[in-house]
Parts: sequence; C-alpha cells; structure tokens
Amino acid sequence: MIAAAAEALVRDLAGLAEGEDRFRDEVTLLIPRDRLLDALARARDAGFAALTDLTAVDRLPQEPRFEVVYLLTNYAAQARLRLKVRLDADGAVAPSAASVHPGANWLEREVFDMFGIRFSGHPGLTRILMPDDWEGHPLRKDFPLVEEPVDFVGHTPKVPSAIIPTTPRTPPTPPR
Amino acid sequence: MSEFSRETLVLNMGPHHPSTHGVLRLVLELEGEIILRTDPIIGYLHTGFEKEMETRTYHQNIVFPPRIEYLATMIEEHAYVLAVEKLLGVRAPERAETLRIILSELSRIASHLVWLGTSAIDVNVTSMLMYCFNDRERIMDIFEMVSGQRMMHGYMRVGGLQWDVPEGFVLRVRSFADDLPGRLDEYERLLTDNLIWRERTEGIAVLSSGDALRYGCTGPIARGSGVNYDVRKAFPYGGYEAYDFDVPLGARGDSFSRYTVRMEEMRQSRRIILQALDRLRDGPVMLDDRKVALPPRPELVRSMEAVIHQFKLVSEGFHPPVGEVYSAVESPRGEKGYYLVSDGGNRPVRARVRSPSFNNLQALPVMIFRNTVSDVVVAIASIDIVLGDVDR
Amino acid sequence: MALKPSLPAGIQVSRAAGPSAVTELDARAVEGGILTTTVSRVVSWARKNSVWPVQFGLACCAIEMISAAQSRFDIARFGSELFRASPRQSDLMIVSGRVSQKMAPVLKHIYEQMLEPKWVIAMGDCASCGGVFNNYALVQGVDKLVPVDVYVAGCPPRPEALLFGFIKLQELIARGRPLRSPS
Repeated sequence: MIAAAAEALVRDLAGLAEGEDRFRDEVTLLIPRDRLLDALARARDAGFAALTDLTAVDRLPQEPRFEVVYLLTNYAAQARLRLKVRLDADGAVAPSAASVHPGANWLEREVFDMFGIRFSGHPGLTRILMPDDWEGHPLRKDFPLVEEPVDFVGHTPKVPSAIIPTTPRTPPTPPR
Repeated sequence: MSEFSRETLVLNMGPHHPSTHGVLRLVLELEGEIILRTDPIIGYLHTGFEKEMETRTYHQNIVFPPRIEYLATMIEEHAYVLAVEKLLGVRAPERAETLRIILSELSRIASHLVWLGTSAIDVNVTSMLMYCFNDRERIMDIFEMVSGQRMMHGYMRVGGLQWDVPEGFVLRVRSFADDLPGRLDEYERLLTDNLIWRERTEGIAVLSSGDALRYGCTGPIARGSGVNYDVRKAFPYGGYEAYDFDVPLGARGDSFSRYTVRMEEMRQSRRIILQALDRLRDGPVMLDDRKVALPPRPELVRSMEAVIHQFKLVSEGFHPPVGEVYSAVESPRGEKGYYLVSDGGNRPVRARVRSPSFNNLQALPVMIFRNTVSDVVVAIASIDIVLGDVDR
Repeated sequence: MALKPSLPAGIQVSRAAGPSAVTELDARAVEGGILTTTVSRVVSWARKNSVWPVQFGLACCAIEMISAAQSRFDIARFGSELFRASPRQSDLMIVSGRVSQKMAPVLKHIYEQMLEPKWVIAMGDCASCGGVFNNYALVQGVDKLVPVDVYVAGCPPRPEALLFGFIKLQELIARGRPLRSPS
C-alpha cells in the first residue's frame, strides 16, 4: 500500500522522472542527473523533508554502472519515496544534495569514499571512513574483499566467502 | 606591553579517550574554552560490513547485524530479518512476532541502561554505572537463556526464530518488568532533581527541531527536540501496530530533554513488554515455507524432502525475487534501516545499513557550537552513539 | 620427642627482653613472622596483584570488558581497581575489539607510551585473529602490531572468560617473564 502523499509526489514529479518502479509497498523514481536537485527541492517542499538515506549501488557489469539512491521520508504523512540517479563509470559525478539537505554532507562523503562517485558543489569531499591515503574504493565490485588465507600445511582451505559459491538468479520453476 | 595574539587553539580529542564512547576523534577549534568549530573524524572502527554482507548468503549474514550495533543486538537482528522477509514477501508467525517484540524491547532497555550508566559516569556519578550494568545483567541472563549468547545472539532468523523460548522465560521477563519501575524511580531520584546533573545537562548541546530535521537526525535526539517521529508509530513493523504505547517528546532539545525522553522510553518499553506477555500464545516460531526456513530437526529423520530442503538452504541459500527493499526499525538511537538489493541470486547485490548514529553525529558540530570544552563530553553522551554503527 | 606447645590464637609477638629470656613460644613467634624469598618473586607478586589496565575499549568486546569491571563479575577483586585513562599510568592493554586500518597506528602509539613492564591481552576473536571479519578494513589479529601475552577467545568472550585470561596473565607474571627490550 503506497501512501497517498507518495502517490501525489510521484504524479508531481512525473515530468522530471524518466522511469518508475514499484516493488512491495515502495515506489522508486529514476531521475536524470541534471534534474536531481530540482526533484529533491520539490519533494522537500511537498513535505518529504527528511533525507533518510543517500547511498549508491555498483551494478557492474550492467550499464550505467552506478546508481545513487536517495530515500526521502515524509514524517507527517508517513510516506517514503526513493529517487535514483544512474551514472556511468567514467563521468561518475552527481550534483551534491548538500544544498537542499545539509545532512547529505557526510552521506555523500561516504559514497565518495566507498564508490569513488564525486559530487559537484560539495563543501568538502574527502574520505570519511577509510584512512586519507587509502587507494581504491572498497565497495566497488572490482575491489576485492582482500581475504587473508589461513595457513595450513599441505592443504589450502577455501576463503570464507568462497565456501558457499555464488549462484546466480534461478529461472522460476515451471508449474508441474 | 606586547599583546597576546588572539589565535584560536586547535585541540585534538581522541580517538583514544575515556569519554568519547568509542573510537571517535574530535578536532576542536577553541577560543579560550568556547568551541567555535568541531570536526569529527570517524572511521576508526570501519569494519567493511557492507562489503562482507555482499559476499555471504542471506542466512550467513545474520552473523553481522549484532556486531554493527552491539548495544541493541536483538533490535539490529530484527531489522535485518525484517528486511529479508520483506524482500521475500513473507511474514513470521504470530508467536515469533510477539517474542521478537519482547526481546527487542528488552534490548532497548538494555541499551538505554548502558547509555544512562556511561552518561552518568561521564559527569562523575560513578555509582550509576554499577547500578545500570547490574540491571542489564538480568537482561543478559534472559538473552542467554533464550539463545545461548549474552550479546551476539543469532537468534532471530529469516522467517521466525531459531527455536522456541525455554520454560521460565515468561517468569523471568515478568519478574524483571516488575522490578524495573522501582529501579528507574531510584535513578530518577538520584539524577533528575540533582542540582549538579541539571546544571551540567540543562541548556547544553541544544539542537533545534529544524536542525534535527535538516541533518536527518532520528530517535531520542530528534524527539528531545520535539520532532515527533518514531518508526514504530509511523511505519509499524513486525506487529507493533497492535500495541498501545506513547512516544515521549522533549521540549527544549538540550541534554536534559534527551535524558527525560530516554527514561520515559524505558517505561514505555516495559509497557509494551507486559502487553506482549499477555498476548503470547502457543504456536510455531518458524515459517512453514521450506524454500525459506530450515525444516525442524525431527523432520529430518522422517522425510527425504526435508533433507533436500535443508541441504539446499544451507549449501546454497534461498533466492529472493529481483528487487530492492528498505525496511526500518526504531533502534534506541534512531531509525535503523536495511536497504537490500537483490538480483535473484543467493547473495545480496547491495546490503546498505542506514545507521542512525552516523546521521546523528553529523549534528554534533551544530550542537556544541559556543559551548565549553567540558560540555563536549555531556553532548557526546547525550547523542548516544555506537561507533560500530557509525563506521560499519 | 616432646610435642611442641601449640601457639595461642592471634598474632604472636615475642616478648623476650633478651636472648637469654627466649622461650620456645618466642622462637616460634619470630619464625612465624619471617618470610624468605627472592626479590623477583616479591616484585612479581606485587605486580600481578595490582595490574591496572588502560581504557582501550574498541567495539563489542569493550562492553563485556566493562561488564567484567562491574559489580557482578568484578575485576577489582583481582587487583584491577582502576582502568587508567592515560597509558603512561597503566600496566596492561586489553585490546577489546576489532582493530581497523585507521586505528592501527593509534594502537601502536598507545602501546609505545606505556612504560615497562607492560602486558597485552588480546580479548576476543577480532583482536586475536581477525575474528568473523576477514577483509580489507581490519588488521587480522593485533599480534601483527604488538606482542600479545594472553589471547582470550570468544565473540565476545564472557566476562568470566576475560577474568580467566586475566588470571592466566597473573600466573605468567608470577612466573617472571623476562622484560622485553624496547624495540
């Protein structure tokens, strides 16, 4: 059940969005990069004033590679809305939401630290979780987990993440 | 006579510091004793949880949540399993939901007791730490009775609970709930009307409700400033819609308001626990859906299909549908959410932990602006951060 | 052989005015008040019964360490009356919790500030070997940074387990581990 306020905002932003997705009781709008700040400002004025979360997803090997995800909440109307911006691997620059939501400051620093996505207009985009001289962006899919193998004599055990192999999506079983 | 130059002093506090409640580093720019600028530097406990969770199956990932927010372990597990259940589109049976609520509220009380003890000892009420941890030991005993572990339980599973609670659980919880108001009254007698406590917390580290909203603060720190938002009321989860409780709000946004909010929250948690104990009915504590939940042990002896399900679930894990969910719970610090992205495989593509302490800590420079250095300790204590949650 | 007369109860004091007035009881009273041992044993005994840890709580194990210091488990009865804030005033570093890459130089710095004799207890799995986490962010075991005397396993170890490790450390101190050269 998607809240009425969220539906109203979805209609309001329909001109800006280039895609919509609904799953369970959540609605996600895909916004192009240059309309993002406009969308965030309009959402804030419509009551979705809380930036609950700002994060990114690395969709390697899908293109465009990165997705920056904004989760907005309307406390009074008890509604949530998710906005997404898709970015290519080279040119992964998004406008900084810190002008609309001051709380985006550290969240964007974390996204920069973990994914390498830059935010133009950010007051001070530096690493926040890793040491300042760290190289690489840990949450990217091509950054390894760096697991230290256990030393055994005469036998090389699997690293923990390889014990249960990754199985990709299984196609739905046809009804008997 | 030469004049002293009016330069500001840069003072480094932490990461190894008795009162920063963990490995937090603050770089303070002072004019005399007045703080002008604060730069919190975090990352000293960064563990790479989100990356680890991408490399494990959904079931294996249950290990990680209690280590993220290690003071409210049951609530953290609750958050994760609710997110996975939302992704799968299942709901745990009623007895499991009621037990989860009891354990979550006990976890909330345990976390607030740690907050109270450590805040008080920061203001040098040294005996409070002893009293609060003593009460907390009773809750630890209940957790140990239920799951075998005092802290990192792994008790809440996707689809329900690991196993049913033993006999004597209800009696223990009820006895703790009966003793709690007396203990809280004692703590309030010691602190609330204590001149020293009031002098040190009233008017200190004020956060306006506008700032709380702008910085994305949630939890007692926002409710202490008057922002009426509790995830249990706004987006009820796991059965909370059926319970009757109040959400305390503070008026002035200072450390004292947050203190009163948390004390009252402990009483409201007790109210929820008593209602849940009355609602507790017999029934299964785990889903019947063999594609998601492990079959009960006795069935493995009788049914080949159960063995196959067990094998598939343990060696490969279940495959949720393609999609993404965000599911939040009210942790003692604020809104704790899990954003899971699934591509249909047996591991999450992205497991994002929306950490309340991370957002709350952002408001620290605003809160301690133009306070004195001695108030920094009280301010950090009143935000109630868990560095494991901040750094993940 | 005559049976020795039994000493009356209480502390025995020799009231002999001079060597000629010494009785059996006086001799035994004096013997009862003399202890012979080596200096190193007395020093070790004093050291092991007053080990003061530095407050070095990092993560979840720190909560169990605090519980071990509170009234139910009470580490003070073993001599750790106080957890000092300053490393210069402490003997023991209980590394309780996971050590991240950013924290490693800080840990080394704190360890170097402690004065000899100093000991290290690696409390918990993360401090002993990296624990549940085997990844880019954590140092896999604090013994990669500082020499460790006692490893206490557990995730987190119960307060009783930490106290057991503490008692083991006391036995180690009593045995007189040679002081390490500052390196």
